Amino acid sequence: MAAAPKRVPLPAILLANDLLDGDVVFAVTDANGQLAWTRDPALALVASDDPAAESLEAFAAAELAGNRVVDAYLVDVAMETGQPVPRHFRERFKTLGPSNRPDLGKQAGDGISAGQRV
Amino acid sequence: MYRYDEFDERFVRERVAQFRDQVARRLDGSITEDEFKPLRLKNGVYLQLHAYMLRIAIPYGTLSSKQLRQLALIGERYDRGYGHFTTRQNLQFNWPKLRDVPEILDLLADVEMHCIQTSGNCIRNVTADHFAGVAQDEIEDPRPTAELIRQWSSLHPEFDYLPRKFKIAVTGAEHDRAVIKAHDIGLRLRRHPDTHEVSYEVSVGGGLGRTPMIGKVVRDYLPKNDLLAFLEAIMRVYNLEGRRDNKYKARVKILVHEIGVEEFRRRVEEEFARLDGPSVNADPAEVARIADYFKTPDYEVLPATSRVLEATKAANPAFARWIEVNTIPHKAPGYAALTISLKPVGEAPGDATSDQMRLVADLAEQYSQAEIRVTHAQNLVLPYVRQRDLFAIWQRLGEAGLASANIGLITDIISCPGLDYCALATARSIPIAQAIQHRFADDNRQKAIGELNIKISGCINACGHHHVGHIGILGLEKRGIESYQITLGGDATENAAIGEILGPGLAAEDVPDAIERIVNVYLSERAEGESFIENVRRIGLAPFKAAFQEVAHAVA
Repeated sequence: MAAAPKRVPLPAILLANDLLDGDVVFAVTDANGQLAWTRDPALALVASDDPAAESLEAFAAAELAGNRVVDAYLVDVAMETGQPVPRHFRERFKTLGPSNRPDLGKQAGDGISAGQRV
Repeated sequence: MYRYDEFDERFVRERVAQFRDQVARRLDGSITEDEFKPLRLKNGVYLQLHAYMLRIAIPYGTLSSKQLRQLALIGERYDRGYGHFTTRQNLQFNWPKLRDVPEILDLLADVEMHCIQTSGNCIRNVTADHFAGVAQDEIEDPRPTAELIRQWSSLHPEFDYLPRKFKIAVTGAEHDRAVIKAHDIGLRLRRHPDTHEVSYEVSVGGGLGRTPMIGKVVRDYLPKNDLLAFLEAIMRVYNLEGRRDNKYKARVKILVHEIGVEEFRRRVEEEFARLDGPSVNADPAEVARIADYFKTPDYEVLPATSRVLEATKAANPAFARWIEVNTIPHKAPGYAALTISLKPVGEAPGDATSDQMRLVADLAEQYSQAEIRVTHAQNLVLPYVRQRDLFAIWQRLGEAGLASANIGLITDIISCPGLDYCALATARSIPIAQAIQHRFADDNRQKAIGELNIKISGCINACGHHHVGHIGILGLEKRGIESYQITLGGDATENAAIGEILGPGLAAEDVPDAIERIVNVYLSERAEGESFIENVRRIGLAPFKAAFQEVAHAVA
């Protein structure tokens, strides 16, 4: 039996790319208490324990199978001023946008102001 | 320029319809991402860090004004108003939506363009000298050869699932501006010393990436008529013998290295002898038909030197400097081939806005037979400019921020997109290029340093050609931070060489200091008229290593 993939350290958030747009999206709990996607990294649901991480992993698997997102994976974060910030520089760029173009990506409000929840 | 015939047109349109259907099936759940991924890659669609990326083929780097205008339109309508010209003479859009890609492919087909074979384990877009047809040192225009290979290799059923991607470059000149020795196959048109017939020198097994190698010559003088049969023989040996169990050892360079060039050559010659050459090689009438599309344009009869140009140069030193740096001597008297720098200080190397693309398209239409070339160094070329028109072009480029006089100089940096865009990258490239550009922004300083090629890659895959940079910079991840390894002595020309590592990796903020110290060693040690790379070859790496170590120790 293949070993289960090692989970990233917690706390963690779930991110993915929207299938149609390619835009980076984050798992969030919607108004009905269901898992959904948001384009705003500040709203990303933070999993701090194993059951919460398992719930995000199950959501990722269902959403990948449902053809709503691609490339979904957990990212370990630190809490900075109440918001989750990826610890690794790669994922920080992914949640911000190109560092040479502050006018593009999440750092420019890309996809956030247009509607915070997918 | 080559123009599509009925077959080309139908072939591209059918491919667009196929992809439209494939996208629809992906969206309705008929096919999974695992099934869809190879299909989208075969149409140039990647998933990058922030969005999808679409890679568009520009065969041998030749574009018409109409095509460049269409790219500008696509950039504006479906992307963020800009595109990125790459080291493989392609154009990449960084933000297209998957749902829009079929529309984009339709717009490309309208101007005889597509994304076929810009990805996948097939023969990729064929590249060539960007001064093809106009350079004074040229023996023969390489573009008919590149076009012939494009037609032969497009959807070639036998070579559509190779062990790995396969890149071919062609040059027809003495001076290699197509980096042929860093390609899987490099072709150089040359005259046979006895018969004086134009033939091909064929190199195989060059490539960069994690195992950089310089291509080895397997044929000194291949008769032109035998080209396709000889290429077929090479591809068959590779297709049969290339490793498929390990993608990192699957390129033809590994095969050539493992069995040795002599054995590789023997196998190719054996296969070549076995092939029915006449059934594989192109019909001479077809070769002539293709060559006809690249025949010399109708040049005006002009004096070798324009008096208008000389007068404007005398009155305007900045213009004179731009002419000196950004133009090359032309085959036709009174003409120049002009390189437009896409490396203004502080901008991402190779990026052009839709407005800039439109301006270049207009200038090409007005002054350069409506033709543009894309260079492997991520710049654009107007190949057929009357010298007397250069001043007007310079003024209009200046208004658009495109008049940097830095071709071949220290700020003309090749840089891959790096971790600012690319999902494979391990560190950023563009901010490093920008920091170095700012450090050496002064025109007089750049001129004093002279020719110096810096090339930056954001990962081991080496899309930024760092191995063959006079100074190469490789971005890696080290203990959770970006780290930059510096190499010295690489060369992308006919004297192709792989650079050597100077020392331990540096933090991003220390890279400009390290480059400055390396340059200062050159400035203090150089002999009269000696270029940077000549100096490195003469004095060796030791003085440069010592200067580099001062930076490395200071920040350790």
